[in-house]
Amino acid sequence: MVQQLSVFLQNKPGKLAALTRALAEGGIDIRALSIADTTDFGILRLLVSDTAKAKAILDAGNYAAGITGVTVVAVPDVPGGLARVLTLLADGGVDIEYMYSLIGRGEDRAYMVFRVSDEARLLALLEQDGLSTIADAQLGIR
Amino acid sequence: MSNYYQREIETAPRETLRALQSERLAQTVRRVYERVPHYRARMEERGVRPEDIKSVDDLARLPFICKQDLRDTYPYGMFAAPLREVVRIHASSGTTGKQIVVGYTQKDLDIWADCCARAIVAAGGGADDVLHVAYGYGLFTGGLGMDAAALRLGAVTVPVSSGNTPRQVTILRDFGSTILCCTPSYALHIAEVLKAQGCTKDDISLKAGIFGAEPWTDGMRREIEEQLGIRAYDIYGLTEVVGPGVAFECGEQTGMHVNEDHFLVEVIDPETGEVLPEGTQGELVFSCVTKQAFPMLRYRTRDIGVITRAPCSCGRTLVKMTKPRGRTDDMLIVRGVNVFPSQIETVLLEHGYTANYQIVVDRSVNLDGIEVQVEVGSGIFADTVKALSRKEKQLEDALQSLLGIAAKVRLLEPNTIERSVGKAARVIDKRKQAD
Repeated sequence: MVQQLSVFLQNKPGKLAALTRALAEGGIDIRALSIADTTDFGILRLLVSDTAKAKAILDAGNYAAGITGVTVVAVPDVPGGLARVLTLLADGGVDIEYMYSLIGRGEDRAYMVFRVSDEARLLALLEQDGLSTIADAQLGIR
Repeated sequence: MSNYYQREIETAPRETLRALQSERLAQTVRRVYERVPHYRARMEERGVRPEDIKSVDDLARLPFICKQDLRDTYPYGMFAAPLREVVRIHASSGTTGKQIVVGYTQKDLDIWADCCARAIVAAGGGADDVLHVAYGYGLFTGGLGMDAAALRLGAVTVPVSSGNTPRQVTILRDFGSTILCCTPSYALHIAEVLKAQGCTKDDISLKAGIFGAEPWTDGMRREIEEQLGIRAYDIYGLTEVVGPGVAFECGEQTGMHVNEDHFLVEVIDPETGEVLPEGTQGELVFSCVTKQAFPMLRYRTRDIGVITRAPCSCGRTLVKMTKPRGRTDDMLIVRGVNVFPSQIETVLLEHGYTANYQIVVDRSVNLDGIEVQVEVGSGIFADTVKALSRKEKQLEDALQSLLGIAAKVRLLEPNTIERSVGKAARVIDKRKQAD
């Protein structure tokens, strides 16, 4: 399990820039990022180099932020690699709440971030299929 | 536990109180008839003479006085004492028009201090306490009113006045303040800043707060009590009547005892002016029966409330009024439906939101729309759009069932709604700005 930071943002110009500036000033490196948005607001999800420190920066900056556990899966970097993982989850009855890709990759693996309904089941399915997950240390996250 | 400042009058038998009120009312009516041409003219219009008012039963024969009368007689036209006897002037903020000027003789100030002292004692305060007065000092009645009462009790007064919240928090902590006096919305802001400074309620010595000058809900009370680790008491008043201390809450926290040895209260139908029976909601009307310089008789407050004479467990016999539900001025009429900000606040707090909200009314095309903007606190935050949208929808449904009209909810980032050091601005009515 990898710790992910999520932040509530109003859907307004300059909001994301201000937030990333605050993190930059704290020397935080962003490893992965995704935004889910509606017309009024968005939820920014981040994997960063130092989750606890980034959370403290955001709290001090009056953001509504939280930490959620996610799973980073090493997906075979070949055509059909992602389809194989998603089929595995669908057949195994694991629902995906959201997913996004990580910046950077392994030698023959692409990294995907998953938030699922049942993490233990996800891990069991991956193991049966000979697939692996990536730990935070390997991603430069603490 | 019952704490009284003036036990004899606070627990007086109803009949004794009534006799006192009647005598004082008759005296005050004579005073204004003789000294204030505006009152005399209004009484003559109604064919009422001072000798017609013999007891509190005759109160309804007197004409009403409303804000417009005070504007028409600005600045000193309603004074019933010459300026040489007046020792203090206060004034309303004047945000809704020309400001209202009120005067006090030394006796008026003494009575006012007694009224506020009753509130402080009822909240458990006394000579051993340190009162942090964060109401504004100046023409506004809040600061100097509570200050005089604290002096009377021999408590320590910290006259911080309003503003500079980080400094307020430092003072609260370092000076060991035990009782906080300010508006309820400012109390919440102080709690926010306390938290932002990395402190908790255990780092301060507050035990109670006396909050007033704006309507607030029981939900907001619980929020303040929890965040500051105190008991929060309501105090009611308005500049035209005296300032804070017209009514105050006792340990039961179920309404405010009106200091009716000085201020008579009636509840009327705001449309017809008819006096309503006890227990019926209507507009609160006050008559000052001991004031010398500015004795308002049957002053229409535009505050909506209910009064009850049911016995209170604290032992006081003074009539109780509910927290005002809002002012008729604050009441929004949206698509013909009456909406009070306090109703919306209750729903927000019940759903885990903070009391940092704003209501925007707009006229899009031909239809009035209402939008409730509320900050996303840690109690609401979720990391999926689905979960947040569901919360938004639940709140919209709750508002719809309460108000009978659809309201749009807009979630905002924390700290985006402007914090007020005094009365919070809850409503932005764009329909008015357009007119």
